[in-house]
Formats: sequence, structure tokens, C-alpha cells
Amino acid sequence: MNQAIRGAWVVAVTMFALVLGSLTYVQFFQAAELTANPWNNRQLYQDFGRQRGAILVDGRAVAQSVPSNDQFNYQRVYGEPERYAHLTGFYSLSIGSTQLEDAESEILAGTSSSLFYDRVVSLFSGAEPGGASVELTIDPQLQQLASDLIPEGQRGSIVVMEPSTGKILAMVSKPTYDPNLLSGHDTSIVAENLAALTEQPGLSVYTNPATESLIAPGSVFKLIDAAAALESGEYDAESEIPNPPALEFPGIEYTLPNFVSGGCASRATADLEFALEQSCNTAFAQIALDLGEEALRKQAERFGFGEELSIPTRVLASIFPTDLTDPELAQSAVGQFDTRVTPLQMAMVAAAIANDGEQMKPQLVSSIRAADLELIDSPQPETLRQSVSRETADQLTQWMVNVVDNGTAAGAQVAGVKVAGKTGTAEVTDSGDNAWFTGFAPADDPQVAISIVMENVDIPTGQQLTSPSAKRLIEAVLNR
Amino acid sequence: MSDVLTAPRSRRNIELVLLLLALVVAIGANFLANLGRNEPLGDYFWSQALTLGLMSLFLHIVLRFRAKYADPVILPIVTALNGIGLAMIHRLDLSAVSVNPDFTPVAPQQVMWTAVAIGAAAILLLVFRDHRILRRFTYTSLIVSAVLLLLPLMPPPLGLEINGARIWISVGFGTFQPGEIAKITLAIFFAGYLSTNRDLILLAGKKIGPLQLPRFRDLAPMAAAWVVSIGVLIFQRDLGSSILFFGLFMVMIYVATSRVSWVLIGLAMIAGGVFVALELFSHVALRFDSWINAFDPDVYNRSPGGSGQVVQGLFGLADGGLLGTGLGGGRPDLVTYANSDMIIAALGEELGLIGVVAIVMLYVILVSRGIRAALGTKDGFGKLLACGLSFTIALQCFVVIGGITRLIPLTGLTTPFMSAGGSSLLANWLIVALLLLISETARRPVTSTPMKNSFPEPVGVTGKISRTREAREGNR
Repeated sequence: MNQAIRGAWVVAVTMFALVLGSLTYVQFFQAAELTANPWNNRQLYQDFGRQRGAILVDGRAVAQSVPSNDQFNYQRVYGEPERYAHLTGFYSLSIGSTQLEDAESEILAGTSSSLFYDRVVSLFSGAEPGGASVELTIDPQLQQLASDLIPEGQRGSIVVMEPSTGKILAMVSKPTYDPNLLSGHDTSIVAENLAALTEQPGLSVYTNPATESLIAPGSVFKLIDAAAALESGEYDAESEIPNPPALEFPGIEYTLPNFVSGGCASRATADLEFALEQSCNTAFAQIALDLGEEALRKQAERFGFGEELSIPTRVLASIFPTDLTDPELAQSAVGQFDTRVTPLQMAMVAAAIANDGEQMKPQLVSSIRAADLELIDSPQPETLRQSVSRETADQLTQWMVNVVDNGTAAGAQVAGVKVAGKTGTAEVTDSGDNAWFTGFAPADDPQVAISIVMENVDIPTGQQLTSPSAKRLIEAVLNR
Repeated sequence: MSDVLTAPRSRRNIELVLLLLALVVAIGANFLANLGRNEPLGDYFWSQALTLGLMSLFLHIVLRFRAKYADPVILPIVTALNGIGLAMIHRLDLSAVSVNPDFTPVAPQQVMWTAVAIGAAAILLLVFRDHRILRRFTYTSLIVSAVLLLLPLMPPPLGLEINGARIWISVGFGTFQPGEIAKITLAIFFAGYLSTNRDLILLAGKKIGPLQLPRFRDLAPMAAAWVVSIGVLIFQRDLGSSILFFGLFMVMIYVATSRVSWVLIGLAMIAGGVFVALELFSHVALRFDSWINAFDPDVYNRSPGGSGQVVQGLFGLADGGLLGTGLGGGRPDLVTYANSDMIIAALGEELGLIGVVAIVMLYVILVSRGIRAALGTKDGFGKLLACGLSFTIALQCFVVIGGITRLIPLTGLTTPFMSAGGSSLLANWLIVALLLLISETARRPVTSTPMKNSFPEPVGVTGKISRTREAREGNR
């Protein structure tokens, strides 16, 4: 009988050997394949079940993960959601993540290779490797003021930068939304909320208008024309340019007029100072026709046109069109036709002029700290390029101060401070225009560069919502 | 065959040391589960630690008095397994409660069942000083088995159908699976019947080539086992238990006869049964389909009978990898029945391949000690019983883990000592008590008091033949 018992034991041990083999196969050899299986949503659950790092503004969390009583353990919550929605984006189970939640995802999740050391430590300490937090360059008071300066129902963006470092102090767009509506774990409710938000006119929850909407710049583009003129060496402060009320093109029925009620009509020829001050279309159109398409595009590119940036969120490349006929070139030079810029691009132009022609890379993140508050990274100011020479920058600054003192941007005047600025009005539809202001202050020691755009407004409203807002922002920066 | 040459030692102190080690593992696992889930050590932790600690120490003391020479490794192993199971059930409770605050935790009930099961094992040790007494109940056991297996088929409120299987009965405070206890009573019946009749079965029958075929009428017990298994499959819709019953009988008849022919006949009958079941019962066919085509989208999403459960279990195991996520660090709660049928997937995910291999090795040692007791004891009844019960544990592990890892089709069976479920826990602790009793007789020195052996083999024709045969085997 004992022989048979030993036989039974051999069978039993064989069965155990088989299951040990199959466990090894599944957990070791097949593991990678199973992990990559599209039905395997454990990675998703793991990502969403992790304590994700916070996004901080001046130490306060505008996005953070708080413990939740559901199977994900943590819920992403946005404080002051509507003011920061376009910066933080959202972190959604069903529709993905956007903006900083997307761009800094590995840092926030704690899976970035820069956090490798912390992961190794937590492997031994047994502590859950928490995500790192991201501190923004945003000044919360300025962000709030900028947000208040865009009326509800108005589509527009405001970008405030520090010219010497590229730090973004405020970046606001309206209409905005509440990212909490999209970060819930109930996917059907999220789908309903998304559908409701999509119906709001002028709102896309996926994009940040300040960096991802391309808008006709109108007359603020003339700063680039003026820069191109000076840099070409063919023009200087003394140059006199023909300034007819309207520019006619041979063979076609198109004419490019100066603004009818503006001050341009008072002079038949203009120097660049006057042309900028009164924003004379025909003078700049002739400069463009004289310099040619290529020279203008070169200058535009030296200000950052044609190049995508990640700050670390995505900034679309601004566009100066190609293969232009003369009328098209004339229109493009005054910021019409197919010329398109992001609101941030115009802030970068102003900041470059303010910073003696040296253009700094815009930055939204000031520091990254691990879960134990150890500093992981703190981005240093980074020069992108020399956009114009120091002399050109000085000359442009002088002219822009004149625009505020005597010209179209008078609304931006601040008592006791030299403000440099330029306005713009781009005709986009029959119902309204894009009103722009771009500039910086103080002109002799620039601390702030500003770009403001209000879309689809009538001219008086546009003027109300741009230069005076710039004044409020400059005062706020200088008084803080 | 097991004459002790060295001075026999009781080895109870070694058992105590190992038991304390097992309690450290078991209670430590529960501690880590709380830690991993960021839960303070609540009442549950202390009740688990105290219940498992006190009850297993109590059983250890009972062994000191009643079965001094019992195997010292068995109790620590099952205590560790039981404790790890409790920790995982508790850890899954914590996940479930965090999703649904109204969820009734399973672990407190399992702790209570642990106390009941270890207590029942102690009573069994106290009542039966010697396993050979059980041989008197050979036919009683058959009747009890039949009653136990028929109980769930009674009309409600007694019999209950849960998830399509009719293996539960309702007892005052909850549900019970009589089939788990029937596993033991059937083993007692087979052991008693075969140890008495093995010679008749062996000597009669034609010999064709190397195979000695049994007489037709000696096939009756095998046919009975087949009927029981197929009956369980048809009427209770429980594939796992029917495999277990048939496997139990197969190994016992093989051990009783040492004839491969019986095993071949048995395998043929199983194959026939499986074929019939596949043709007749959709639930068996669906299980096969879910096994072969687990990653087919239609099969994956099918409900009921889809492969979602096994595939999710595989994802969990893969996620655990070599080292595991740590207790409380994974998502075993994503697998349905993670705390019962799929508990090995949960353990594999959180303890990793290393942890789950350690658990399987505990089963290997447990089964080997049971088989060692079968080798050591001198009576045929004890040999058959110990071998059958030990083999059942091995077979159950094979069916469960093989099913989870997609080595074989998944069948709903509990993992011994670990899965949530009171009846399974009770039955397995009773099996442990029986193995301890048998190992006691195997290891107890008999030389000092020759008259102590007060349960002689039944005398008579069969007994005589039996001795002749033993002698003949010995001469070979």
C-alpha cells in the first residue's frame, strides 16, 4: 500500500509543480503582455488612485488630490476653478487630461525620472511614492485682477509677464469653466457636463486661448513692421514715409485705407513715430512693400513667430503668411489677412522690446517639489534669442511711450510712470473687431509686459477694455 | 515499516516555536494590510490576533495532552494559512467599505468561523482518541454523506440557490455548504469500505495483458462515486466539488489496490462524464469556452459565464509581478469574488510571485506531512483516510490555482484555509484534526505498552487474507 501512497504523493507534488509553473508563467513571463492588454485598466486605476501632487499658486493649491470614498481613493479638486481652469486644465478619467495636468503629468504622478531617487527611497521605506507638486509663477492678486478685467460673457485673454525673466504673472481667458465638472469619477455625469460646456459659445475646454487660439493682431503687428524697418538699416527716426488716406493697388479694385476718424489724415507724410502714434495703415503698408515679405517674416520669426513652445503647456506657433501678393502683403503688415498670433506671442513681443531686445522664454512653472517638499527643479530664466538690437529696442520703446502719451493708447497712462504701449484693432467680422493692447512699464525699467485682447467687440467697448485695463494691471504690479 | 530506533520525542516544543512564528506571519500580514491601506489598528485587528492566537495555542495544548506525538508541522502551517487568508479578507473589506460605506465586512464572520473551526477540531481530538474508531461508522458515514449532499436540493427555505449553484443550505445565522463536510464523511466511507474489501476487489477479476481488470460487481463503489460526482454536477451545478469527490475516490481506490487499471477506468469515466456535461449543461460548456477563448472580446464581455473574472485575475497577478504591490497596495478588489474563489489572485497581486510561491510551498509541506502520516500509520483505514484527505487538499489547490492561472478551466472552489467561507474552513480544520490523529498513531511509540493497541484488525477471512498479502508484499 505504501508504494501507492508514495505514488499519490508524486501525483500531488506534480500538481503543485504545475501550478507553480503556471504562476511563474503568468506573473513573470506573461506579465508585460498582460499589463499592456487594452482591457487592463489597472494602470488607469493606479494613476487615479495615487495621491497626485498639487498645483500651487503662492503656496495655495489650485489643484489637489483629496481622499475620496470611492474605488479610486483620491479625487482631483480644483480651488478657484474658473480663474485657473485654462492653466491647470483638468484630470479626467474618461476624457483625458489637459494643460498642466497633461504637460506635468509625470511630475504630478511621481513617475517622472527626475523623481527616481524618491521612488527608490519609498521602495525601502514602504511609503507610497506621492506625486511632486508644481508651483506656478502666477501672482494670485494679479490673476484675480486680470480675471475681473474681462467682463462675463466677453471673449478675451490677458497675459502679464516679467520681461527680464519670462515669468508669467497672470494668464486669464474668458469664457472659462469649472474643471471640477470634468474631473469626477462618474463618467456619465462627466459626459453630460462636457456636452453642456461644449454648447457654450466661444468656449473650448481642451485649449487655453491665451496660448492656443490664433487671432488676427491688427495694428499691434505694426511694432514688428517698425522693428523690421529699423533693423533693415533703410529707415530711422528721420525717415519720412508717404501717408495717403488710402493705398491703391494697380489693376485691382482694392484699397487699404487709414482709419477714417483717426489722426493720420492730418499729415501727408509721416515719420515712424507719428505713424505708430496714430497707427497709420498706409505708411506701414508702404514700408512692408518696400522691405518685402521675406524681411517682415524674418523679423516676425525673430520675435518667435513660426515656433511652438512648451512653457511647459503648449503654445501654438503664431503665423505670418507666405507667398503674398502686394495687396496681401500690405494687409498682412497691418495685422490683417492671414496674420495670426496668440495673446502670449504679443506679450513676448512687448517683453522682448522691454528687455533691450533680448527675448526670454515664457515660463509658467517656478519650482517643482517632491512629496517631502524637497526641491527637485526650479527653472532658470532662459534666453530664446535677440529679437532686435538694443538700439532698435530703445527706439521702439521711445515711440511706444509716445503712443501712450499722445496717441491711441492714452487710456494706459499711469501717473508718474512712463508706459510704453500699442493698440490694435483687427477687423474680423461685420459684427465686431478684435481690440488689442500690448505694452510694458515702466519704460525706463520694465517690470511688466502686457498683452490684452478682447474679441468681437465694437470699437468703443474695445478701447474701454484694453488700455484702461493695462493701466490697472501696471498699477497693481508697481504697487505690490 | 516505521519502527522507531531512536528514542521517540513528542516534538511539541518545536510545534510551539513554529506556531509562534506562524502567528507572527499571520498577525503581521494583518498589520501590514492595515498599514498598506492607511487604516488604524481597529477592533478587528485585535479580535483577529486574539482569536487566532488563543485558539491555535489552545489546540496546541490539547495536542500536548491528547496527541502528544502528533506531527508538529501541521498546526503551524494551517494557522499561518488561515491567518494570511484573514488578513487578505480584511484588506478586501477595507477596499469595499471605502467604496460603499454600507458594505458588511466579511472578515469578522470569518474570524468567528475560525474560532468555531479550531474549536471543532479540538473537540474532535478530545472525543476520538484514535482515528480507528471512525472505521465503525463506515456505513453511517455513507448515509450522512447522502443526507448532506441532498440537503441543498431541498426546497427553500432550507436549500438555497446562489449564482446558479445549489450547494448551500440556510442555517439560522447564515449559509452553509454541507458538501464540504460530505467530503470528509465520504472519505471515511471510502476508507472503511476499501480497507475492508480491498482483498476481494484485488483477487477477483480477469487479467488481460498487464492489466488486472476488476470484477464487474466490484466496480459498484466506483460507480457509486461516479454517480455522486455527476449528481453533484447535474443537480447542484457544482463542477469543482464533483471533480474533488471523484479525485478523492480515485486516489483512495488506487492506494487500496495499487492497480493502475482502476485509475484508467476512473479517468475514462471522468472523460465520459465531462463529455456528457459539456453536451448537456451550458454552464460547463461556457466554462470551457471561457478558458480556451478567454481573450475573445465576446467571451470576455459575456455575462454570465464570461471570462472577465479570470482575465481580471490574470491582470492582477501580472500587476503583482515578482515582488507584489505589498498588502494594501494593489487593486485585488477589481476581481469578482476576490476574497473567496479568487483569493490566490489577490495574494499573488499583493505578495507577488515570491509570496504566492511561499504559500504554495506551505501547502506542499502540509500535504507531504499528511502523506507521511499515511505512510507511518499501520492500519489500512488510517492510510487510506490520511492519503485521501491530504490528496484532496492538493487536488483542491490544483483546481483553484490552475483555474486562476488558466492552466485548466476555472471552477468555483475555495482555497483551503484561506478563502472566505465558514463551511470550507470548518471542514478543513476537521481534516487537520484527523491528520493530526493519524500522525499521532503513526509516530507514537508502541513498544513500551504492547497491550495499548486495543483496536485490533477485524478478524475473519478477510483479515487473514490481508495478512498473507501484506507478507507477500513484504517478501518482494
